[in-house]
Amino acid sequence: MTVKELELKANQIRQLIIKMLIAAGSGHSAGPLDMADVFTCLFFGGILNYDPKNPDKPDRDRLVVSNGHIAPVIYATMAEAGYFPVNELMTLRQFGSRLQGHPERVRLPGLETTSGPLGSGLSQAAGMALALRIDSNKLSRVYCVTSDGEHQEGNCWEGIMLAGKYKLSNLTVILDRNNIQIDGNTEDVMPLEPLAMKYQAFNWHVIEIDGHNIEEIIAACDQAKAIFEKPTVIIAHTIAGKGVDFMEYDFRWHGYDPHPETAREDYKKALAELRTLRGQIRSEHE
Amino acid sequence: MIIENQKLSRKLFADDIELVPNRKGFGEGLVEAGKNDERVVALCADLTESTQMEAFKKEFPNRFIEVGVAEQNLATVASGMAAVNKIPFITSYAGFSPGRNWEQIRTTITLNEREVKIIGSHGGVSVGPDGATHQMLEDIAMMRSMPNMIVVVPCDYFEAKKATIAIAKNSRPTYLRLAREKTAVITTLDSPFEIGKAQVLFSGSDLTIVACGPLVYEALKAAKNLSKQNISAEVINSSTIKPLDKDTILKSAKKTQAVLTVEEAQINGGLGSAIAEVLSENHPTALIRIGARDRFGQSGKITELWEEYELNAKHIEKFAIELIKRKG
Repeated sequence: MTVKELELKANQIRQLIIKMLIAAGSGHSAGPLDMADVFTCLFFGGILNYDPKNPDKPDRDRLVVSNGHIAPVIYATMAEAGYFPVNELMTLRQFGSRLQGHPERVRLPGLETTSGPLGSGLSQAAGMALALRIDSNKLSRVYCVTSDGEHQEGNCWEGIMLAGKYKLSNLTVILDRNNIQIDGNTEDVMPLEPLAMKYQAFNWHVIEIDGHNIEEIIAACDQAKAIFEKPTVIIAHTIAGKGVDFMEYDFRWHGYDPHPETAREDYKKALAELRTLRGQIRSEHE
Repeated sequence: MIIENQKLSRKLFADDIELVPNRKGFGEGLVEAGKNDERVVALCADLTESTQMEAFKKEFPNRFIEVGVAEQNLATVASGMAAVNKIPFITSYAGFSPGRNWEQIRTTITLNEREVKIIGSHGGVSVGPDGATHQMLEDIAMMRSMPNMIVVVPCDYFEAKKATIAIAKNSRPTYLRLAREKTAVITTLDSPFEIGKAQVLFSGSDLTIVACGPLVYEALKAAKNLSKQNISAEVINSSTIKPLDKDTILKSAKKTQAVLTVEEAQINGGLGSAIAEVLSENHPTALIRIGARDRFGQSGKITELWEEYELNAKHIEKFAIELIKRKG
């Protein structure tokens, strides 16, 4: 796909996210929207080696999504990639659905883990990278998507320490630096900065990018493959709620619409806005 | 009376019965499991020697991971390794794993259906001088409440070794609880062992004593002493607490109409609770539960602590007599 086509795909995924949230009547908005570009690149930008028809194939790359609450973007992208029919997305969070409020591996083929409680995905990804190394599997890489807020969890740093110790160069972490969490801005709730220096101090290779710039996302993932002595973290600076003007930068949109009485209207407005934007979600930094 | 086909130690009631910590059986079993299946890997959290992983580390250095003092990492890294077709054994003191990483075990191992073996060493007050922080008493309750988790508490060295080899093959998340101190080796290489199967070691008709872990030996000694007072006690080693061998327990309870449970753990949620649940639902029976009664441990020698917490043969005997009276 061309960059333009990837941008259109990301927009399509954002629309699906909004539609899913309307149908579900609950769920998270900000994170899924701001990760739409990263997920588009992973699945359609030639980064991940995967096969929806054979989701367990041994040489696949592993994608561990540590911040399970961004489930809508995972599901929307998987449906677009062909893991299951797009119309199944509208069952999100409903009784009997494979699309649980937080992702459950056992229910949905293609998921690499079950997540929701924060801070545990990076260690699992490190464990996968270790096991692949024991098996001398050089074909597969492990990717871990993680949120900035979950870096307040001790388990997260335990995993970062271990990956540094074992020089897990087959591991790439993509950190969604959207600066928000449930109670407010990360730097007010519990400051994370200097985040890049922290990773460097734990012997990681650090790349900082604009998390909405398709070319930067793909280039960073490629660069990580060329680092042989260290694991790599890509700190993707994103705008929470990206693509929907009235959601952007507003931590109250971490969860569902903060105004439940007008939720339906708000989401319809969001959808209309995304449709008008089409492929125009590009970095402000350009 | 001792059941012959249990092939118990010939020195069972002798003064020179062999004393070996059951964690040693785990260490040897792990090496054997590693030889049986190259998918077996071992992860430790800075307690390699104490949890008896040295031999595995020496034999299979590439399959040994040291995570440092980080029990949450221990569980989650293992979950990740299990995702790539490994059978990870993770060890620490039970107070820290599953004590500290219960949520990680719940989310990333049991709910996630990853085949990780959680080995909690230093269960019970018999840990001794280290005191309450290191004497895990709540682990059985914690792990028993978790869906999709098997819970095994071997009674001695041989059973720990057999259990280790068996759980490497059971394809399920499993918790194995070990003890620190040297305890009596009551079974032999030939004694039967099966996950999910309770073994009747001593037959009787007046009451049933269901025990797990090293206290099975105390239960046997109590049964022998009771027989001298014409009280016939049946002793069952329920080394698998989940799934509980209901058939064996109920069969005995129907015969004796009185059940005494013995464990080195909180009776709230532990083996005692598991037995009480089965009896209440199927065959209500007079019951006394011996174990930690809603209190923590403390520093001391094993003999002093088993006396203080009323866990030794003398106290089991006392409670048995009380139970017989209650039974009427």
